[in-house]
Amino acid sequence: MNYNLKEWSKKPERLTGGHRMCAGCSAPTIVRTVLRALKTEDHAVIGSATGCLEVSTCLYPYTAWRDSFIHTAFECAAATVSGAQAAYEALKRKNKLNQTCDIKFITFGGDGGTYDIGLQSLSGAMERGHDMVYVCYDNGAYMNTGIQRSSATPTFADTTTSPAGTKVGGKQQPKKDLTSIMVSHNLPYVAQTAPLGNFKDISEKAEKAIYTKGACFLNVIAPCPRGWRYETPKLFEIIKLAVETCIWPLYEVENGKYKINYKPKQKLPIEDFIKPQGRFQHMFKNGNEWMIKQFQEHVDKKWNELCKLEDITNP
Amino acid sequence: MSIKERLSGNEAVTNAMRQINPDVVAAFPITPSTEIPQYFASFVNNGKVDTEFITVESEHSAMSACIGSEASGARTMTATSSAGLALMWEMLYIASSMRLPIIMSVVNRALSGPLNIHNDHSDSMGARDSGWIQIYGENNQEAYDNFIQAVRIAEHPDVNLPIMNCYDGFITSHAVENIELIDDDSVKNFVGEYTPKYHLLNKNQPISLGPLDLPQHYFEHKRQQAEALKNAKQVILDVAKKFEEMTGRKYSLFEEYEMEDAELAIVLLNSTAGTAKYVVDELRAEGKKVGLIKIRIFRPFPVEEIAKALSKCTVVAILDKADSLNGAGGPLFTDITSALYGKTHTIKVINYIYGLGGRDVKINDIRFVYDELQKIFDGKKIESIFNYLNVKE
Repeated sequence: MNYNLKEWSKKPERLTGGHRMCAGCSAPTIVRTVLRALKTEDHAVIGSATGCLEVSTCLYPYTAWRDSFIHTAFECAAATVSGAQAAYEALKRKNKLNQTCDIKFITFGGDGGTYDIGLQSLSGAMERGHDMVYVCYDNGAYMNTGIQRSSATPTFADTTTSPAGTKVGGKQQPKKDLTSIMVSHNLPYVAQTAPLGNFKDISEKAEKAIYTKGACFLNVIAPCPRGWRYETPKLFEIIKLAVETCIWPLYEVENGKYKINYKPKQKLPIEDFIKPQGRFQHMFKNGNEWMIKQFQEHVDKKWNELCKLEDITNP
Repeated sequence: MSIKERLSGNEAVTNAMRQINPDVVAAFPITPSTEIPQYFASFVNNGKVDTEFITVESEHSAMSACIGSEASGARTMTATSSAGLALMWEMLYIASSMRLPIIMSVVNRALSGPLNIHNDHSDSMGARDSGWIQIYGENNQEAYDNFIQAVRIAEHPDVNLPIMNCYDGFITSHAVENIELIDDDSVKNFVGEYTPKYHLLNKNQPISLGPLDLPQHYFEHKRQQAEALKNAKQVILDVAKKFEEMTGRKYSLFEEYEMEDAELAIVLLNSTAGTAKYVVDELRAEGKKVGLIKIRIFRPFPVEEIAKALSKCTVVAILDKADSLNGAGGPLFTDITSALYGKTHTIKVINYIYGLGGRDVKINDIRFVYDELQKIFDGKKIESIFNYLNVKE
């Protein structure tokens, strides 16, 4: 694919404006960008877990989806769409579909519906190898219900169920590494991406995921202005800092081979990423220096592991 | 053309699935329904059907996948029991509110806890208000016949609701009995093709399913769903008539056995009806005016019809193979007494909870109940309306 932002921007929108997502939220940008990777002539069946995206884009009697859309419940978006994909296989085989276009199956879920309550359903659908893509928009907490911690919440983040208190300073556990878990499913394509710069990385990865046969997984960092407490115009700056600090490395794993898509020449300290966000402010208080140190060590460790995985799988 | 065979209930139902050749089956193993996906997998892998078979990782995903599939315009089936049905709970309501005619065999088994794999009706009775049609069968023949009729009932445009085909675990699911099968072509013709008006795979008419539905609309949607379930009653009778034309086997909302002049009656459902009919025959031979009503359609509940059928009785025992644990009787009892309310003041009704966790129900147990009814008929004061049959206490 020759990616050209100008050309891609001309493709028809598959998620219309007028939905109710917050200003400064990255999720609709992610959805629109992923869907832009679809060939114009293809039809899509799009699933969503319960969450901000679902309640804001499909509110009876309105829908922002131009393709077919289904939401059932919180923990089963992957299973639901796996059923739709199986139906497509069956009806194609039985010659019951008189359509010439291809139909693609894409599921969106937040980190709550993906890392936590929907993990089993996701694992099942991926292991069975349905020809579908699961896209996690990872905003690192249960934002729809009011910013409760999830297993995707970064260490020390202040959430409503892991408050930065006087005795316990935010979330105590490190973030679950879901992308690795998905790699362990031996999927044909797994990628971690972000809507960044001219959107080349996310666009190319979305296209690859949608048009690679089998179950593919995309994990996309999705800043949330309410939960992360940043100034809304800073959205893309925050995403860039997540990548430049290696808190959110851009990489892909194709049939087990790792490829890091971007290696910062000078890795920025994590302070640069956490400073503009309200959820980490307690880490800058006197006496909490250890928090920043510990967070940095964890990020470094994960980054080094990733670099080694790239080396090992590309002998 | 009918084919004489000897099959277990699960074999019979899976055979019906083979004959119908659904588009998608998504299922997860749980005793005693496990054989259904197991037998069906062999049909798939031996080319007897061209169904897409999804071996999901849980019952919650089974029902979720069934929803996704049925919403895509595919005729979709599954089977479960007990805890499997309980794990589907959330999705049962979503399936019915989306008006998706999914066909599910519920091979009745006790719910945990304590863990028990044997038959009672606590699983499907717990799901009785989930918006699904519930049809109950006494034996393998009825499980098979009901399953075939279920497809036409659920997919009828006036209904469009999912349906549970319930029959007793082990007693019906595993016991091998004589059965009359219908030939493959007749079954295929009877159920016809599934051609829903809207589905997810139609590029020319995309749809959105499962929206957030706020107070301005939610109530109306539930009201429409209630109407669809009401509509099911007439459709069930019409389909039964067509089925009788094909097979000669007659079905209705419930079966009345020796009810014409019955003064004493028992009402129950599923396999215990076989034992109860035997006892009715014995007592009739002794000159006693006893009868039996076996409920076939529990949802929608045949309120008017059941009240009419019991109107000439003097004393009635409702037997529930599930306890509601509400201090006010089992689910069948409360529904029937509600049905009778305001229509008759003369019938005395008592309730027995029986057979929980597979406790065997023998001829003597049923005879005991009729004896009690006789005593009440003869003037004995009712000491307790709610009773437990054959429990050690």
